[in-house]
Amino acid sequence: MSVPLPADVAEHPGPLLRIDDLHVTFAGRHRVLERRAHQGSARAVDGVDLELGEGEVLALAGESGCGKTTLARAIMGFVRPDRGTIEFRGKPLGKDLRAYRRQVQMVYQDPTGALNPRQTVYDSVAEGLRIHKVPGDEEELVRRALARAGLRPPERFLLRFPHELSGGQRQRVVIAGALALEPRVIVADEPVSNLDASVRGEILRLLLRLRREDRISILIVTHDLALAWSVADRVAVMYLGRIVEVGPTRDVLLEPRHPYTRALLDVVPDANDAESLDRPLLTGEPPDPTRIPEACRFHPRCPALADGRAAEARVDGACRADDPRLEPIVAGHLAACHLATARSDAFRVP
Amino acid sequence: MTEPDAGAGAPTPEVATRSARSVVWARRRLSARRFWATYRRSVMGIAGLVILVLFALMALLAPVLVSADSLDVTKATGPILAPPSWEYPMGTDEAGRSVLALVVWGSRVSLAIGLLAAVVSMVVGAAIGIVAGYRGGRWDSALMRFTDWFLVLPGLPLAITLAAILGQSMFIIVMVIGLTSWPWTARIVRSQALSVRERPYVERARGLGAHDLQLIAKHVLPNVFPVIFANTILSIALAILAESALSFIGLGDPLRVSWGATLELAFDAGAPTIGAWWWIGFPGACIVLVVLAFTMCGNALEEILNPRLRQR
Amino acid sequence: MSVLEVSDLSVSYATREGPVPAVRGVSFDIDRGQVLGLAGESGCGKSTIGLGLLRLLPRGTEMRGRVMLDGADVLAMAPSELGAVRWTQASIVFQGAQHALDPVIRVGDQIEEAILAHRPVSRRDAAGRAAELLELVGLPARRTRDFPNEFSGGQKQRVMIAMALACDPDLVIADEPTTALDVMVQAQVLRLLKNLQTELGLSMLFITHDLSVLAQVADRLAVMYAGRIVEEGPAADVFASPVHPYTMALAGAFPRIGDESFVQAPGGLEGDPPDPRDLPTGCSFHPRCSRVMERCRTVDPPSFAAGADRRAECLLLEDAGATESVPT
Repeated sequence: MSVPLPADVAEHPGPLLRIDDLHVTFAGRHRVLERRAHQGSARAVDGVDLELGEGEVLALAGESGCGKTTLARAIMGFVRPDRGTIEFRGKPLGKDLRAYRRQVQMVYQDPTGALNPRQTVYDSVAEGLRIHKVPGDEEELVRRALARAGLRPPERFLLRFPHELSGGQRQRVVIAGALALEPRVIVADEPVSNLDASVRGEILRLLLRLRREDRISILIVTHDLALAWSVADRVAVMYLGRIVEVGPTRDVLLEPRHPYTRALLDVVPDANDAESLDRPLLTGEPPDPTRIPEACRFHPRCPALADGRAAEARVDGACRADDPRLEPIVAGHLAACHLATARSDAFRVP
Repeated sequence: MTEPDAGAGAPTPEVATRSARSVVWARRRLSARRFWATYRRSVMGIAGLVILVLFALMALLAPVLVSADSLDVTKATGPILAPPSWEYPMGTDEAGRSVLALVVWGSRVSLAIGLLAAVVSMVVGAAIGIVAGYRGGRWDSALMRFTDWFLVLPGLPLAITLAAILGQSMFIIVMVIGLTSWPWTARIVRSQALSVRERPYVERARGLGAHDLQLIAKHVLPNVFPVIFANTILSIALAILAESALSFIGLGDPLRVSWGATLELAFDAGAPTIGAWWWIGFPGACIVLVVLAFTMCGNALEEILNPRLRQR
Repeated sequence: MSVLEVSDLSVSYATREGPVPAVRGVSFDIDRGQVLGLAGESGCGKSTIGLGLLRLLPRGTEMRGRVMLDGADVLAMAPSELGAVRWTQASIVFQGAQHALDPVIRVGDQIEEAILAHRPVSRRDAAGRAAELLELVGLPARRTRDFPNEFSGGQKQRVMIAMALACDPDLVIADEPTTALDVMVQAQVLRLLKNLQTELGLSMLFITHDLSVLAQVADRLAVMYAGRIVEEGPAADVFASPVHPYTMALAGAFPRIGDESFVQAPGGLEGDPPDPRDLPTGCSFHPRCSRVMERCRTVDPPSFAAGADRRAECLLLEDAGATESVPT
């Protein structure tokens, strides 16, 4: 079966941001005498390929410790990759990130921490303008950014301090600070998880409006698949430093191909389904980036391997021996799973 | 769905009619007032401040109070080694100079050296502390080992050695004291910078494109400044003591009258044995009072400004 | 029969600027073996209720009303009686309870302490009970000898649940027990709580901001806003067909995967929850309400019956002909 791409995705041929075989390793704390390389080091991002199209909203989902925040920080240039490239508009990131940083901006999980408590809203929003010496009337630019972020009338907020604002308003100030630089990409790391439930919608709708009106691409890092359902064009699921499934939101969330995506979906609380608490849970060790299993990194916990579905499709040997790469299953929908690949091949060759 | 204004239905703009500048200044005045209200509650802080204001006035008004000529041994007119009297409230020295004149004029040198040396110490300590705390890693290790090295060297003997080698001008005295007293400042500033560096807003500024100098100027400095300030006030006291000690053993600037230098002259002339207590007592009391006052002010400030001491 | 009957409970915190009302006249019951879910956003007063039921609030906090736990009024108890009630009749599992464990004492010893403090049993029996409790929450009995740092976050929360059950309480108050945990672990702890509740026939007050969680574990659901219960009823009904505009909006803030109405349209409300120091006049929800009427600005709505075994505080119900419900 084939699922058509959502119209929004199909419009953008060339990716704005392309990540190719990215690796980020954090050195472990080893004792003086054991100096073996990579002893106890964490492979937080371990070979990620990902593309972000212009005007696209891509959700990057996974458990904590799966490397999604590290990936976001690598895209921002906060951590240096060991291997692999990040390309923006076809140009790889070099040493000088200043120009790039006008184009790619971040929205943080904790808006309270992300604002200097000693700075007024005005100074926080103007900070980027001053850093980049953006020409024009600074006050006018700040007002416009605040208004675009939904803080209206801007005059009322200019001289406030962060502690005088609500959580949602603080997050809008952070977004305004990013918008002042007219970015093309916004990387939002759990932008609403610190906010009250009723306020989350406002912030997400604001991000969607920026995409719609200004064609800003948005990478939204989240642990919440239900949130991904409500905002994203595409969803990428990450497990132990690798993208294991990526595709259009409907495909990935309604017809997941990777057993891990299935397992993540099974733990999303579903109010309409009182039986959802009876669904099976993943067993085994929680993911630990300092000890990534050989072969398929999910195989020790994989329910499809445990219950014999993999053996039925005769891929169980591969699951324990080969590291699966992301393979297309249907148009635009990729999964790094031997079983998923075998099943889609079976459909193709009757 | 439409994106509405945040805070719709809230009251009308409150600040739109006032200019940004006036509001900012109003806020600054308010926070200064709040600071003063807290400071005022410290009895020690107020006592120290009063003493300091008196000494500062004395130093500033010295030319008005006492003619500079009265310091010149050749022009001294008073009796030799006279005890305190109405004419010479603090008595005279063996050249017939008024000890009051020496004390008043000495306050200028002592205070000036104390202040300047503390500033040198602050600049060096803050720079090293900020770089170590902000850069971290190898820079931190290297700079902190360097700091530790200075920390374990006994400050006064080092200053004595340096002063003996380098000579005895006021400039050299300031540098010698300043360059031997910065390690504590560096350590305190470093720990503060280290914690500021981890704040998410520093990462946000970096994400906006700021480079290190901008980050330090905009975010690190304003956060470490209060700690630096309180620490500097405390180190003025130490610098004045150090100057007195150096002068006392004859390593001060021989061309200038300071409290320490007065003491040295007194001891050279055997003031203790001939019972000229006023010659030693008044300059000595001044040193004690000023050092005490700076310490009291510094402690009061530190209690308000150092976030770790503020919890109550 | 009710394990807990709360009637007209009000709680005000003492602050420098005077008393700040956190809970303003709240009534609810929990029947034996029932789970009441208490939902609401930060600052709505839900955690204040959880702590207030055992009088664990800071000194100077003013509490009025009645809290009948197994027929005795908690608010009228002397401090010595309170000590007996905590743990044996009602116990609390906190959010982020991980930090409530003493890092230098073995987990088993900490559970034993709780038992020995309230039950006249020997140390040996208490140790046996501690091991039993760990098994009950799905941890191997031998782990009584481990220190807290040897447990993961989810495991620590299991230990806290075991401790809460140590003295067979009639009522367990679970205050955001899964909030700080990761999605997978959250699901495990949630299942554990639900299973224990069914197996042991526990009565439970389950406090959380996450409405979608409550729809799964709670029998009844009470939604709080600005210190009041604005809607209450059987969980499934309240979630499926909320009558209070706030409940509707809150339910909309939790998208359901597969529900097309949420695609590119995350739900939620405008504005922020009100400051308890400065509550709006009339219905405290009116500034954010999508169906606000002129009267809402001045009239504080009473509780109206809203179908079988349901009530809500909204003037829309009065217009629909509902009668005022009498607090139980």
